[in-house]
Amino acid sequence: MMEKSRRSFLKVAGIAAIGLGAAPAMTFSASDSHGTAQAVKGKNHETLTAHRWGMVIDTNKLNEEVAANIVKACHKAHNVPDFNHEVDEDKFPNTRPVNHKQEVKWIWEEEFHNAFPDKEDEFLAEKFKHLPFLATCNHCKNAPCVKACPTQATFKRADGIVLMDFHRCIGCRFCMAACPYGSRSFNFRDPRPFIGEVVPEFPTRTKGVVEKCNLCAERLARGKQPHCVEASEGAIVVGDLEDPESEVRVLLNENYSIRRKQALGTEPSVYYVV
Amino acid sequence: MLEIALKGSKNYWLWIVLLLAVMGAGALAYVDQFMNGLMTTGMSRDVSWGFYIANFTFLVGVAAGGVMVVIPYYLHDYERFHRITILGEFLAVACLIMCLLFIVVDLGQPTRMLNVLLYPSPKSMLFYDMLVLNGYLFLNIVIGWKVLEAERNQVEPPAWTKPLIYLSIPFAIGIHTVTAYLYCGLPGRGYWLTAVLAPRFLASAFAAGPAFLIILCYFIRKFTKFDPGWDAMQTLAKIVCWAIIANLFFFVCECFVVFYSGIPSHMAHLQYLLFGYHGYHALVPWMWSGFILMTLGAVFLIIPKLRNNKTLLPISCAMIFIGAWIDKGLGMISGGFVPSPLHHVTEYAPTGKEIMVTLAIYATGLLILTVLFKLATTVKEEVRG
Repeated sequence: MMEKSRRSFLKVAGIAAIGLGAAPAMTFSASDSHGTAQAVKGKNHETLTAHRWGMVIDTNKLNEEVAANIVKACHKAHNVPDFNHEVDEDKFPNTRPVNHKQEVKWIWEEEFHNAFPDKEDEFLAEKFKHLPFLATCNHCKNAPCVKACPTQATFKRADGIVLMDFHRCIGCRFCMAACPYGSRSFNFRDPRPFIGEVVPEFPTRTKGVVEKCNLCAERLARGKQPHCVEASEGAIVVGDLEDPESEVRVLLNENYSIRRKQALGTEPSVYYVV
Repeated sequence: MLEIALKGSKNYWLWIVLLLAVMGAGALAYVDQFMNGLMTTGMSRDVSWGFYIANFTFLVGVAAGGVMVVIPYYLHDYERFHRITILGEFLAVACLIMCLLFIVVDLGQPTRMLNVLLYPSPKSMLFYDMLVLNGYLFLNIVIGWKVLEAERNQVEPPAWTKPLIYLSIPFAIGIHTVTAYLYCGLPGRGYWLTAVLAPRFLASAFAAGPAFLIILCYFIRKFTKFDPGWDAMQTLAKIVCWAIIANLFFFVCECFVVFYSGIPSHMAHLQYLLFGYHGYHALVPWMWSGFILMTLGAVFLIIPKLRNNKTLLPISCAMIFIGAWIDKGLGMISGGFVPSPLHHVTEYAPTGKEIMVTLAIYATGLLILTVLFKLATTVKEEVRG
C-alpha cells in the first residue's frame, strides 16, 4: 500500500516536472510564432518599417471637421465602442445604461490647455484657443506604462511602437495610473453592444482589459498608412524618427514643434507643429 | 488547534453568522461585477482606481503596524508585549488576506491573475508588491502558529522561528514601502510624486495598526478572561501617539513644499482635497474631518492624564484609526487622480455594489481575525489556568 502510494506520487511528480520543464519551451515557441516585426517582413515586402516610429501633427492644418473625421476613422476601424451608439436590443438584450465617464477612446480632441497643461498661458495666442489638439498614445521612448505592467501585456516593440496583448492583460490598470497623458482606456463593460458595425480585420475586446492606440501596427505591417494619417488631409505624418531623410524629420527640421509634458523624460514620439 | 474555534458562546456564533451574512451579500454583488465588469463601480477613465485599491493601501498599513509590537518584544526584550505580540501577528494575517482580496476584486480579468507569475516583470512595482505581501503573510502565519502552539504545549518555540521573526521585521517595513512605491514612482501624478510618501505611509501605518490593536484589546478584555495588560496598552498608545504626530508632520512638510513652491501640477491635488478645485469639493469635508480626528487623537494621547483614562483611550484610538483611513483610504487614491493628467476634474464616489463588496472583504477579515484571536486568547487562558 505504502509502496503503491509512493509510486503514484512519483508518477505525478514526474509529470509535474515535465510540465515545468516544458513551460519555457512552450512560451518560447508561442512568442516565436506570434510574429515579431521581422517575421512579418519576411512574408510581406510591402511592410513599412522604421527604427523608431514617430508622428508629426501639423496643428495648423487641422480643423474641427478633419479632427472629427480622424477620430471616427480610427475608432471605426479598431472597433472602439461608442457609448452614444444605440444598442440593438435584439442582439444585446437588457443592456444596462452607460456611464460616459467610463468611455473608451484611442484618439480624441482636447483644448490646448488640457493637451499641454504645463504650457498653460494667460496670454496664449488667440488661434490656439480654438484649434483642436488631437491627443493619443505618445508611444514614448521611455514608456511608464511598459514599466508598470506586471505581466508585460503592454510592451514596446523594437521599432518603438507600444503595443498591448489584450489576451494577457489582467486589468489591474496600473498602466492607466502610470500614463501621464491619459491615453489609456479600460473596458469597464463588454464593448460589443456599442460597436456599430464590427470590422473583422481587427479584434473586438472583452470586458476587463485596457486598450489604446497601436499606431495601426496591423496596417504598417501590410504597407498601409495609419487610419489617422489617411483621414487627416495631410495634417498627420508618421515615419522613422531616426532617419534624417524621413518626412517626419524634414518636417521637424523646418518647423517649430512641441511635445506633451516633455519635462517628465518619457520622450514622446508624437510631435505637434504649432 | 483549530478545534478551539468550533466551541463558543451564543454571542460568538451570532457574530460569526452576522459576518457570514455580510460576506454572502457582498459575494452576490461581486458575482454581478464578475459577470458585467467593473462598470458596477464608480470608477472611470480618469479615476481608474477607487475604493478597492484605497482600502488595500490602508490595510497594508494596518498589517505593517503589527511590527510595532514585534520590534519591542523580540529586539528589545520588552516583556510587557509578551502577551500581545501574537495578536499583532494575527492582525497582520487577517489584514494581508483582506489586501489580497481587494487586489483580486479590483482586477478586470481576475481569472488571468496568475499571469503575474507566468510572466514575472521585475521592472513593475506590482511584481515586488506581490512578493513582499505574500512573503509577509506566510511569515506571520508560520510564526504566529508555531509560537502559539509552543505556548499551548508549554515548551519553547522551535529555534528556527527566531530567524523568521527577525526576517518579518524588514518585511513589514517592506510591504508598506513597496506599496508606496507603486504610487510615488509614477511621473505624471503630482500628488504621489514625493519621496515623503513611503515614510508618510509607514508613519500612518504605525499609528493605525497599534490603534486598532488597542481597540481589539478592549474587546478581548470584555469578551474573554484573557487580559492583554494595561501597561502594554499604554505603551502601544504612546507608539500610536508619536506615529500619528510623525504622519501629521510629514503632511505639513508636503503641504509646505507644494504650496510654497507653487508648482501647479503638484498643488492642484492638495487644492482639490483641502479647498476644492474648479468648483469640485466632494472630499473637502472628509479631509478636514480626517485631519481634525488625527490631531485631536494625538492631543488626547500625548497628555498622560487623558491617555490613562480608560474610557477615553479607545475613543482616541478610534479617532486616529478613522482619521488615518480617511487620509489614506479616501484621500490618497482619489486625490492622486483628481485632477486628471489633462487637468480635467472627474470626481469619484463608490457605488453601493462597490461598498457591499468592500464590506464583505472586511467581514472576511474580521472572521479570520475572530477565529485567530479566539485561538490565541483561549490558549493563553488555558496556560494561565
